[in-house]
Amino acid sequence: MPGVILIFISALFFPGIILRTKSIASGRKGPGIFQPLKDIAVLLRKGSVFSGTTGIIFQIAPVIALSTLVCASLLLPFANQRSLISFGGDFIFFAYLIGLGKFFSIIAALDTGSSFEGMGANREAFFSMLIEPAFFILMATFAMFTGHTSFSGIFNHFFLTGNDYVLIFSIIGIFLFTQIAMVENSRVPVDDPRTHLELTMIHEVMILDNSGFDKALIHITSYLKFAVYGSLMYNIIVPSGWNIFLHVILFLAVQLLFAVAIGLLESFRARNKMNKNPKYLLTISAIAWISFVIVLILTNKLTV
Amino acid sequence: MVLTYILLISVILSFGVFFIPKSLKYYFTLAILGAGIAATTYWAILLYVQDSGADDIRIAIPLLQRSFPLVIDRLSAFFILVINITSLVGFLYAKGYLKPYYHEKNALRFSIHYFSYLWLYLSMIFVVTIRDGLFFLIAWELMAVSSFLLVIFEAEERVILKTGINYLIQMHAGMFFILTGFLLVSRYTGQMSFDALKDYFSGNPNFPLFLLFFAGFGIKAGFIPLHTWLPDAHPAAPSHVSGVMSGVMIKMGIYGIIRVLAALQSDLLITGIFILAVSVISGLFGVMMAIMQHDIKRLLAYHSIENIGIIGIGLGLGVIGLSTGNTVLSLLGFGGGLLHVMNHSLFKSMLFFNAGSVYTVTHTRNIEKLGGLMKKMPYTAGLFLIGSLAICGLPPFNGFISEYLIYAGIFTSLPSADLIHSIMFLLVITGLVLIGGLAIFCFTKAFGIVFLGQPRTGEAESAGEVSRSMLVPQLLTLFFILLIGFGSFLVVKPLFETVRVSFNLPGTDLAGSGYLTNLAGISLLGGIFVLITVALLVYRRYHLKSRMVTTGPTWGCGYTAVNARQQYTATSYSYNYNHLAKPLLQTRKVMKEIGEEEIFPGKRAFKSRSEDILKKILIDIPVDWISALLKKIAVMQTGQIRHYILYAFIFMLVIFLLTCLKLI
Repeated sequence: MPGVILIFISALFFPGIILRTKSIASGRKGPGIFQPLKDIAVLLRKGSVFSGTTGIIFQIAPVIALSTLVCASLLLPFANQRSLISFGGDFIFFAYLIGLGKFFSIIAALDTGSSFEGMGANREAFFSMLIEPAFFILMATFAMFTGHTSFSGIFNHFFLTGNDYVLIFSIIGIFLFTQIAMVENSRVPVDDPRTHLELTMIHEVMILDNSGFDKALIHITSYLKFAVYGSLMYNIIVPSGWNIFLHVILFLAVQLLFAVAIGLLESFRARNKMNKNPKYLLTISAIAWISFVIVLILTNKLTV
Repeated sequence: MVLTYILLISVILSFGVFFIPKSLKYYFTLAILGAGIAATTYWAILLYVQDSGADDIRIAIPLLQRSFPLVIDRLSAFFILVINITSLVGFLYAKGYLKPYYHEKNALRFSIHYFSYLWLYLSMIFVVTIRDGLFFLIAWELMAVSSFLLVIFEAEERVILKTGINYLIQMHAGMFFILTGFLLVSRYTGQMSFDALKDYFSGNPNFPLFLLFFAGFGIKAGFIPLHTWLPDAHPAAPSHVSGVMSGVMIKMGIYGIIRVLAALQSDLLITGIFILAVSVISGLFGVMMAIMQHDIKRLLAYHSIENIGIIGIGLGLGVIGLSTGNTVLSLLGFGGGLLHVMNHSLFKSMLFFNAGSVYTVTHTRNIEKLGGLMKKMPYTAGLFLIGSLAICGLPPFNGFISEYLIYAGIFTSLPSADLIHSIMFLLVITGLVLIGGLAIFCFTKAFGIVFLGQPRTGEAESAGEVSRSMLVPQLLTLFFILLIGFGSFLVVKPLFETVRVSFNLPGTDLAGSGYLTNLAGISLLGGIFVLITVALLVYRRYHLKSRMVTTGPTWGCGYTAVNARQQYTATSYSYNYNHLAKPLLQTRKVMKEIGEEEIFPGKRAFKSRSEDILKKILIDIPVDWISALLKKIAVMQTGQIRHYILYAFIFMLVIFLLTCLKLI
C-alpha cells in the first residue's frame, strides 16, 4: 500500500519538476513547480465541448486509460513488501493493461473523424507496437536472472542472487525503462509535447478535441505513467530490505532524479525525424536482446 | 441410450429438410440441431462432472452390429463444447442474416443450405468422437463437402463458385496426406485408427509421419504456408458460415494435430521446434497480411491464421515441455493452446457475425466505404468492440487468459532452460509480443474506420441497427467471453485436467494449483479494474452535470469545410506500417501517369492492392506453369476421330511391346 501512495504522490510533482528543469536548463524563469497541478485544477473547473462526430468511445476512453494505470500501479512492489496484488506473470498483465488503455485512446482519436487525429492515432499505434518487445525481453532477462516471474518476486530477489554483476542489469534496466517511458509518454526523441504543428505531433494531436474533465484525466494518466516507470526503476536500483524510512526517501529521490533526467534529456536532445522513429525503436529492442545475451553469459548458459 | 437414439434420429431426420415447406425449414433444422447439441453437450458435461474416474464415454450405435463406437474422452468433450456453442449461435444468427435471401432463392437452395449446415455440425461431432481411421476420414470428407456447399450459397457469382472449388480441391489435397498417414500406420500395425498411432510411433521414426499428418491437418487449420484457401473462402461464405468455419471448423485441424501429438513417443524436440517455427511465422504473417486488407471479412480471415499461430505456439511449447520432462510447460502450453481454441471460436465467430450484420445493412464489406456506424448500430458496434479487445488479447477479456497461460509457461521455464531453449523461448516471446502489438494496430484500424468518425458513403449514412434475432443469440457468446475473462480459474481447472489425461502427464496438482491462484489474481485485478472504471465514469457524469457541456464541430485546424471523405482512411492508417513491412508484403499500385502532352489531364483512378506472396509462389505460379504445360499437350486434342484411333493403336502397340519384353 505505501508503494501505491508514494507513486501517486510522486506523480503529483513529476511534471512540475520536468518543467522546472527544462526552464532552468534553457535559462528561462519558467513556471513554478505546481503549475501543472494548477492547470489540472483549472481544467477540472471548466466545462466541456464535445465534437458532434464523437460518441460514447470518446467519452469513456480517458476514464479507461486512467483506470488501467491505477490498476497497473497496484502491481508494483515497494521495499521488501509484496505489491497489493501479486501473481506469477503479473508483468504480462501490466503490459497488456497499458495496451488496453492505449487501444481506447487510439480509437477515441479515430472517433473524432479528424484526419489530424487519425494520423496521431496511427503513429501512436505503430510506435507503441514497436517498443513493446523491449519491455518483454527485459522482463524475460530479469526473470531468468532472478528465477522469479512476478514483479514482487523479481524485484525482491534482484540483489539477492549473489551475482556480482547485478549492476549491469541495473544500468541496462534504467536505460531501457527510461527509453520505454519516454516513448510510452510520447516525449522526446519520438514525440515532442511542445510542438505546435499538428502534422508533427503524435500524442498531442490525438487529444486535440478533449477538453475539461477528460483532458485533466489524460494529463493525470500521463503523470501517473511517469511515476509508474520511475517506480520500476527504483526497484532495480535500490535493494529491498532496508529501513522503511530510508526506502521512502530513496524512492522519492529516484523519482526526482528521473524527472530531472527527463527534463535534461528533453532540453539537450532533438526529436527524431518521424520516419527515423521505427529504426530508433527497434534499436531499443535490440539493446534489450543484448541484455538477454548478458544474462545468458552470467548464468553460465552461454560459455565463451 | 436415449441420447444415442436422439443423435441417430437427428441423422436420419436431417434428410427431412428437403420435404418440409419452405417457411418451416428453418425451424425444422433448428429442432434437429438443437437435439444434437443437447445430447452431445450432456455427454460432454457428464464426463467433466462425474467422479467415477472413467476417462471416456463409449457410445455404441444400436443398429450397427459392427462397432463404430463414438468415444468421448475429455479432449473430445472439450471440442464438442467448442463446436456446440458456436454452431448454435451461428444458426440462430442465420435466421436474420438469411432473411434478405428468402425470396431470392428457391426452396431447394435453402434445403441444401440447411442440410449442409446440419451435416457440417454432425460431421464435426463425428470427427472429434470417432477413433477409427476409416470412419474418421469419411466424417472428415463429409465435413469438407458440407462446408463447400455452404460456401457456395451465392453460387450465381462466378468468383464465389471458383473460390469454393479451390477450397474443395485444397481440402482433398489435405485429406490425401491424412489418408497416407493412416495407411502407413495400418501397414505397420494392421489397424487403422488413432489408437494404433502409439504402436506405430513406438517402433518407427516419429517426425516423418507427424509431418505427413501435420500437412494434412494443417491445411484445414490454415498454418502458413498451407493457408491459401482461407482468406478467399471465409469472405465468400455467408457470415454465419464464415463464423462457424473460422471459429470451429478450422479447429478440427488442431484437434487432429493434438491427437497425433498425444501419441508421439520420440523426436519430441524437433517436432516442438518445428511447430513453434511454423506457428510464429503463421502468427506474424497472418496479422501482417490482415493489416493490409480492406475487406472486413478477409481481414478477419487473416486473423484466423494469426490465431492458429498462437494456438500452435501453445502446442509447440507443450511438446517442448514433453521433450524435457517439464510438466509445467506442457500443462501451460497445451492448456493455453486449447483455451485459445475455445476463445478464438468465441470472439472470432462474434466478429464474423457482426461483420455480417454490417454487410447486411450496408451491402459492402469494404471498410473504406463505411464509417460512423457506432451511432447507427450501437449494439453491433459494442459486440464488435468486445470481440476486437478479446482478439487482441487485452484484459479483462478471454483472449488474455489463453495468451497469459502461454506467456506464463515460457517465463516459468526460462530460468531452468538451457541455451538453445532460452534463445528459442525468447524468440517466441518476441514473436508473441509483436503479434499482439500488430493485432492492436489492426483492430484499432478495423474498428475505428468501420464504426467511428463520420459515414464515408451514403450506404453507411443510411444504415440502421439489425434485427434482434441477429443480436440476441450473440449474448451467449458474450457470456462465455466474460465467463472465461473474469472466471478463468473456474474454467482452467477442467482444462488442465483434460491436458493431463490426454498427454499422460505425471503428478496431480504440482503445477496446476499455483496457476489457479495466479488466475484468481487476474480475476481479482480485472474486477478491480471494472470497479475503478465504473466509479470514475459515475463521478465523471456527476462532475459534468454541474459544468457547461456544449457540442461543436471537430477541430479542423482552422479549416471549416471538412467533409467525411477527408477523414483518415484505412489505407492511410496502414501507410507507415506498409513502409516498414515492404520487403515482406507486396503492394501493387495501378495508376496512369500524367503524360507530358496532356495539358488538361482527364479523370484519373488510383488503385492499390496487396497480394499474398506465399499464395503467389505456392499456388498461382505452379498452377500457371502446369496449365501452360497442359496447353502444350493439348495439341494432341485435334478433334479428328482418326487421330484418336491412332492414339489408341499406339497405346496398344506399346503395351504389346512392353509385355513381349517382359517389362510389365
